[in-house]
Amino acid sequence: MALEPGSPGPQSVVSRPSAWGGLGLLLDTPAKRAAAIVVILAAMVAAPLLGPYAVVILTNALLYTILALGLNIVVGYAGLLDLGYAAFFAVGAYSVGILTTVFGWNFWATIPVAVLAAVCAGIIIGGPTLRLRSDYLAIVTLGFGEIVRIAARNLQITGAASGISGIEQPWLFGWHIAGSTDFYYVFLLLAVIGIFVSVRLARSRLGRAWLYVRHDEDAAEAMGIDRVRVKLAAYIIGAIYGAIGGAFFAVNFTAISPQSFSFQQSTLFLMAVILGGMGKIPGVILGAFIVVLGPELLRDLGSFRYLVFAVGLLLIMLFRPSGIWPSGAKR
Amino acid sequence: MTLTTILLQQLVNGLVLGSFYALVALGYTMVFGVVKLLNFAHGDLYMVGAFIGLLALSLVAGAVGTSWVGVGLAILLSMLAVGFFGVFIERIAYAPMLKAPRLSILITALAVSLVLQNGVLSLTGGQVMPFSPKLGFAGINLGDIFINYKQIALAGAAAVLMLALELFVSRTQYGRAMRAVSVDKDMSELMGIDVNRIIAVTFFVGTALAAAAGTMAGAYYGSIWYFMGFLIGLKAFTAAVIGGIGSIPGAMLGGLVLGLLESFGTQIPGIGSAWKDVFSFSVLILVLVFKPTGLLGKSEQERM
Amino acid sequence: MALLDLKGVSLGFAGNRVLQDVSFAVDAGAIASLIGPNGAGKTSLFNSITGFYKPQRGSIVFDGVETRRMKPHQVTRAGIARTFQNVRLFREMSVLENVMSGQHCRSRAGAIGAVLHLPAQQREEAHIHDVAAGCLRFVGIDPAEWERDATTLAYGHQRRVEIARALATEPKLLLLDEPAAGLTKGEKAELVTLIARIRDERGVAVLLIEHDTGLVMSISERVSVLDHGVMIAEGTPREIQANPRVIEAYLGSEDAEAALAL
Repeated sequence: MALEPGSPGPQSVVSRPSAWGGLGLLLDTPAKRAAAIVVILAAMVAAPLLGPYAVVILTNALLYTILALGLNIVVGYAGLLDLGYAAFFAVGAYSVGILTTVFGWNFWATIPVAVLAAVCAGIIIGGPTLRLRSDYLAIVTLGFGEIVRIAARNLQITGAASGISGIEQPWLFGWHIAGSTDFYYVFLLLAVIGIFVSVRLARSRLGRAWLYVRHDEDAAEAMGIDRVRVKLAAYIIGAIYGAIGGAFFAVNFTAISPQSFSFQQSTLFLMAVILGGMGKIPGVILGAFIVVLGPELLRDLGSFRYLVFAVGLLLIMLFRPSGIWPSGAKR
Repeated sequence: MTLTTILLQQLVNGLVLGSFYALVALGYTMVFGVVKLLNFAHGDLYMVGAFIGLLALSLVAGAVGTSWVGVGLAILLSMLAVGFFGVFIERIAYAPMLKAPRLSILITALAVSLVLQNGVLSLTGGQVMPFSPKLGFAGINLGDIFINYKQIALAGAAAVLMLALELFVSRTQYGRAMRAVSVDKDMSELMGIDVNRIIAVTFFVGTALAAAAGTMAGAYYGSIWYFMGFLIGLKAFTAAVIGGIGSIPGAMLGGLVLGLLESFGTQIPGIGSAWKDVFSFSVLILVLVFKPTGLLGKSEQERM
Repeated sequence: MALLDLKGVSLGFAGNRVLQDVSFAVDAGAIASLIGPNGAGKTSLFNSITGFYKPQRGSIVFDGVETRRMKPHQVTRAGIARTFQNVRLFREMSVLENVMSGQHCRSRAGAIGAVLHLPAQQREEAHIHDVAAGCLRFVGIDPAEWERDATTLAYGHQRRVEIARALATEPKLLLLDEPAAGLTKGEKAELVTLIARIRDERGVAVLLIEHDTGLVMSISERVSVLDHGVMIAEGTPREIQANPRVIEAYLGSEDAEAALAL
C-alpha cells in the first residue's frame, strides 16, 4: 500500500540544470568565468567577418539556440517530453505575419500578442494534459503540433499552403533591421537574453520546484508543491521562448509557410536539447549548433544526413544519455 | 444520393478505416500493458510492414501472382519478418532502458522511430512507391451502396486477426502470462514467469499486427511512403486511449469508434476532409480530459 | 476541539476494504501514535489524511477545515507535513535544497521575480534559506553536510533531513511514518528527544506510525491501534498495554515479538 517511489534508475538522463556543465571544473573562479564570457562574446561579435554565408548559418544556429533553450526548460528542467514545440514557434511567427500584413500593426506591438497567444495555447494544451501520466503529454503535444500545422495550411488568414509573404522588416530607433548581419546581431542579443533568463530561472524557487517534481512527484506534493502548476509554468515559459523565436524568424525571412513548422522541425529542436546534454546550458547551445551546422557539413550525404542524426540520437540515448557535453562536478 | 445512402456508405468507410486503426492500436496497447512504454516507433513499424509486404509480394509474384493469394502470402511474410524485427528493436533499444527514468525511454522510442523513418527515406529516396496488386475493382451492390471486395476482405482479415489474438491471449499459456505481467510484473516474476520472454512475445505479436495492417493499407490505397506511419501512429494511440490504454478489447473498440467518428465527422459541415485529423486529435484531448481511463480501461484508485 | 478529527473514514481499492469506518482525533500539541500489525492500513490512513488517497466516505477535519477532497499540496499548505516510510529525499540535490523545498508553499516568487532579481524575491530567497538552515540546525545536521548530495548522507542523517524538510513547511501537525526504522539504539534515543523538542519548542503536534513499541509507549500521550482497517482500541499507553483485544490482534499476526514487548 506504500506509494511508489520515484522512478529509480541506474543512469540519470538529465543532469542538474547548470550554467557551465563540466566547464565548471575548468573555470573554477569568477574571474576565469568572466574571461571566458568575454572571449566567447567577442568571438560571436566578430563572427560576421567570416563572410555572408557564415552569417546566415550562424544566425540560424542562434535561432535554434533560442528555441532549444526554451525547450530545455520543458524537457531538461521539468523533465516533460514535448514533441510539438514547433507549434509555439508557429504561433509566434503567424501572429507577427498576420498582424503586420493583414492588420498593418507595427512589429514591436505584435510581440506581446504573439507571447499571449503562445501562453493561451500552452494553457489549453498543458492544463488538462499535465494532470495525467507524464507520457501522455508527449503524444498530446505531437497531436497539437499537427493541429497547428494543419490549421495553418487550411485557413485563409494564414495564407493556406503558400503561407504569408511580404512581412515588413522592423525599425528600431531609426535603425532599419534588414540586412543579414543586422539580424545576426538581433539573434545574438536574443540568445544572450535567453541564456540569462534560463540561468536565473534555474537558480530560483521555481527552478528548484521543477527539480523536486522531476525527481519525485509524490514527495514534492507532500512538501506543498502543486505539481500541475509547476509543470504548467515550465511548459508556458518554454512556449514564450518559442513564440519569440518564431516572431523574429518571421521578420528575418519576411515569408513563412506551413513547412517550417512540421513534426521534423520539432524533432530537430528536441535533438538540439538532447544531443548536447539536457539541462546544461553549454550543452544545449552545442546541440543547437550541431543540428544547424551538421547538415551543412554533411551536405554530400544527401538524404542520409537525417539518418545520421537519428542514429546519433539513438546512440546517445543508449550510451551517453547525459549528452555530449561533460557533466559538472559530482558532489 | 439520399442522406441514408451517404450515412451507410460512411458506415462502411468508417469500419474499414477503423479496422486499420484497431490493428495498429492493438500493438500499442499490448506493449503499453506489458512494459508501460509508449512505443512511438509503432507507427513506423506499420510503415516498415508495408515496405516488407511490397517486397514479399514481388518475391512471391512469380509463383502465385499478385492477386488475392499473393497479397495474403505477402501479409503473412511481412508479419513474420517485421514481428522478429520488433523483437530485435526491443532487445537492442528498449531492454537496456527499462529501468531508466521515463524520459529516457520515451526519447529512445522517439529515436527508434526517427531511425526507421529516415532509414526508409534514405533507401527509397523519399519517393512514393506504387503498391499495385491485381485485386480489381469489383464489388457488390447492396441497394444504393457499393462495397468492393477489397473492403470486405480487409475488414474480414482484420476480424480474423483480432479473433486469433483474442484466442491467443485468453487460451494459450503465453497469452495468460502476458496478462499476468501486465497486471503485476514483479509478482509474475516471482511466480516463475519468464518476463523477458513474455515481453519478446508481446513485441512480436504487436508488431506483426502492425505489419499486417501496413501491408493491407498498401494494397488497399495503392501507394506507400516512408512517412505513412506517423499519422496512423498518432491515430492508433488515440484509438487506444478512447478504448482504454492497456485494454485489448478497448483497442479494438477504440479503433472502430475512431474510424466511424472520422468518417461521419467529415460529413459535418465545416469539418471537411482537410480538418479530419484536427477532429481526431480534438477527440483525443477531450477523452484525456474527461475520461482518461477510456471506455473499457480499468479505473485506478484516484490519487491526488 | 481536536486539531485533526477523523469521522467514519472508509477507503477501498477495487473491492478491497483498506479502512473501515475509522474515527480518531489528535489534539493540538499532542504526541500520539498509531500502531498495529503489518498490513493493518496505517500508511493508508496517513495517505488518506495527507490527500494521496481519497477515502470514499467519512470526514477529515483539520484545524476546522474539511480536507478529505483536498490535494496533497493543499493539505500541506493547510498545516500537515509528513515523512515517508522509505526515506524519499530528492536525489542529486543538496541537503539544503532538499529542506528548502518545504518553504515552497510558504513563498510566492514567480518567474518574473526570479529573472529580474526583484527585491521582494531576493528577500524571499534569503528567508527560505534561513528557514531551511534553522530547521537543519534544529534536527542537528552539521553545516558541513549542507552542500552534500542528500542521498549520500548516512541513513540516520537522511531520516533527520527528511524531518527537517517536513518542518520547513511550518506545520501544525507532523506525521512520521516509521521514523525509527533502521536506526541504531543510540539514534532511537536521539529521535525520542527530537520528537519531544518538536512539540515543546515548536508547538507542533506529532502523530507517528511506529513498530518499536518501547519507543511508542515511552513518548506517546495517546495510542491508537489499527487492525485490518478497523480502529480497535484507543487510549493512554498504559490502557493499550492492558487491552486484551490489542494483544490478541498482535498474537494473531506475525508480530508476536511486538506483542511480547507490550
